[in-house]
Amino acid sequence: MKNITLSAVIATGFALVGTAALAEGQPPAEIKPLVIDGINIVAEAQAPSHMDIPAIYSGWEFRAEETQVLQLDDFDNPGMLEVDAAREAFNTVDGAAGKSCASCHEGGPEEFKGLAAVLPRWNPDQNALYTMEDYINYCRTARMQAEAWPWGKTQLNGMVGLLNLQSRGEIRNVAIDGPVADLWQQGHDIYYVKQGQLGMSCSSCHEENYGVRIRAEILSQGQTTGFPVYRLKNAHLNSVENRFKGCMKNMRAEPYKPGGPEFHALELYVASRGNGLGIEGPSVRN
Amino acid sequence: MKNSILLTACASVAMMATAALGEVAPGDVVFDDNGGVPVSLTGVPGDPANGQKTMINRKKGNCFACHVVSAMSDVPFHGLVGPSLDGVASRYDEAFIRGILVNAKHTFDGTIMPAMYVPATLPRTMKKFQGTTILSAQEVEDVLSYLETLKE
Ligand code: HEC
Ligand code: HEC
Repeated sequence: MKNITLSAVIATGFALVGTAALAEGQPPAEIKPLVIDGINIVAEAQAPSHMDIPAIYSGWEFRAEETQVLQLDDFDNPGMLEVDAAREAFNTVDGAAGKSCASCHEGGPEEFKGLAAVLPRWNPDQNALYTMEDYINYCRTARMQAEAWPWGKTQLNGMVGLLNLQSRGEIRNVAIDGPVADLWQQGHDIYYVKQGQLGMSCSSCHEENYGVRIRAEILSQGQTTGFPVYRLKNAHLNSVENRFKGCMKNMRAEPYKPGGPEFHALELYVASRGNGLGIEGPSVRN
Repeated sequence: MKNSILLTACASVAMMATAALGEVAPGDVVFDDNGGVPVSLTGVPGDPANGQKTMINRKKGNCFACHVVSAMSDVPFHGLVGPSLDGVASRYDEAFIRGILVNAKHTFDGTIMPAMYVPATLPRTMKKFQGTTILSAQEVEDVLSYLETLKE
């Protein structure tokens, strides 16, 4: 009797070993057009050639209807309050140099149209990989002689939101070669390493199981084209790093240092997984 | 009886540092060729009611994040990342299921399912979890005893 059960176990056991290694996510149940205030956002695209999955999707496609609609009109998007505050900060003098952002950027935030689509990128003047946060804080410290805004907090997330908003609908196209090639590889390795007490990697959820329900949530591909993200859960704009940190804590892994080299590399790599999707931030998620 | 033998054995002091008396310490678990674990981790029969609690608890098994159990449909939001556990005890024998609970990553290569009774040593494991296991030996036996009721 026991032997019969065991041989069944062996057969099924082997079959399962196969599926675990080959697991791949599922497309969203229904693909809807994402149009925000008349701007069409590409929310489904062919995956870049460096990826092993066929197609990429905005996280918006995986959300429930009631969350999705909040993003279709900026009047309904609660994240816009923090963007409005940032617009004010843009015009407000701060720091020993007596300048505001607008003192140098006379064209207003609109000057930055297209920038969010190519970040993070190599900054040859600083010899470093630069995110939107880095550009903002460089201006604050070096040009305004004001204090750097802390990573992942309201002021910085709001300003990133204001500047990313200028690229709505632009197609993400971050460079992954040349001076950033090694950093991109480092980000790739962080994405795939099994870590934390739960022994998961980013790919366990966002590559192998997108489209699948994990408790009450449908897993997305963990794209960053919607950032900063207004989360209904904490009622704030959240930065890319805020989200990475949350996911790492869920894996019972120690998050990397805010603004540090590992998160920069990971942000570049994850951004490159969205090459081809439209910039939509600030977006709304649960 | 078992306890008194252990107490007189000189190894008992060393064992107490890593596992309660009479328990197989995490890391000392012996797997058979199928990835199964034939011997109880504690020698104490599992408590199915506590097994259910352990499965629901998000800080313990958190099994419903990924699995459906129709008999426990009163628990909200069962995930679909892993297969339904309905009838699992008809599909597999006890040793095989104990093996999955101890270390599913040993049974299913590359699986997302967390290893429940393996000391945490992977990179960046949070300090407070380093070297600890997600479930205790008895919790594994408790969960197992509940899963054994899921027959088709
Ligand atoms: C245990 C599963 C799990 C793991 C592992 C995981 N995440 Fe997530 N992640 C989620 C869930 C659940 C959400 C919220 C729903 C969604 O958008 O997928 C999420 C959301 C995200 C988002 C926001 C997507 C959006 O459109 O708003 C990003 C970005 C992200 N994760 C990146 C990562 C990275 C990078 C890692 C590895 C460091 C990681 N995740 C590991 C479960 C996970
Ligand atoms: C993060 C997801 C996740 C969690 C949490 C999880 N599992 Fe799993 N489990 C899986 C996956 C996925 C499989 C299938 C193996 C594979 O293909 O990777 C599986 C397989 C199993 C199997 C074999 C089922 C079959 O019919 O083949 C059992 C039994 C099982 N899990 C029990 C549990 C129990 C009990 C818990 C909690 C103590 C638990 N799992 C927690 C994801 C999970």
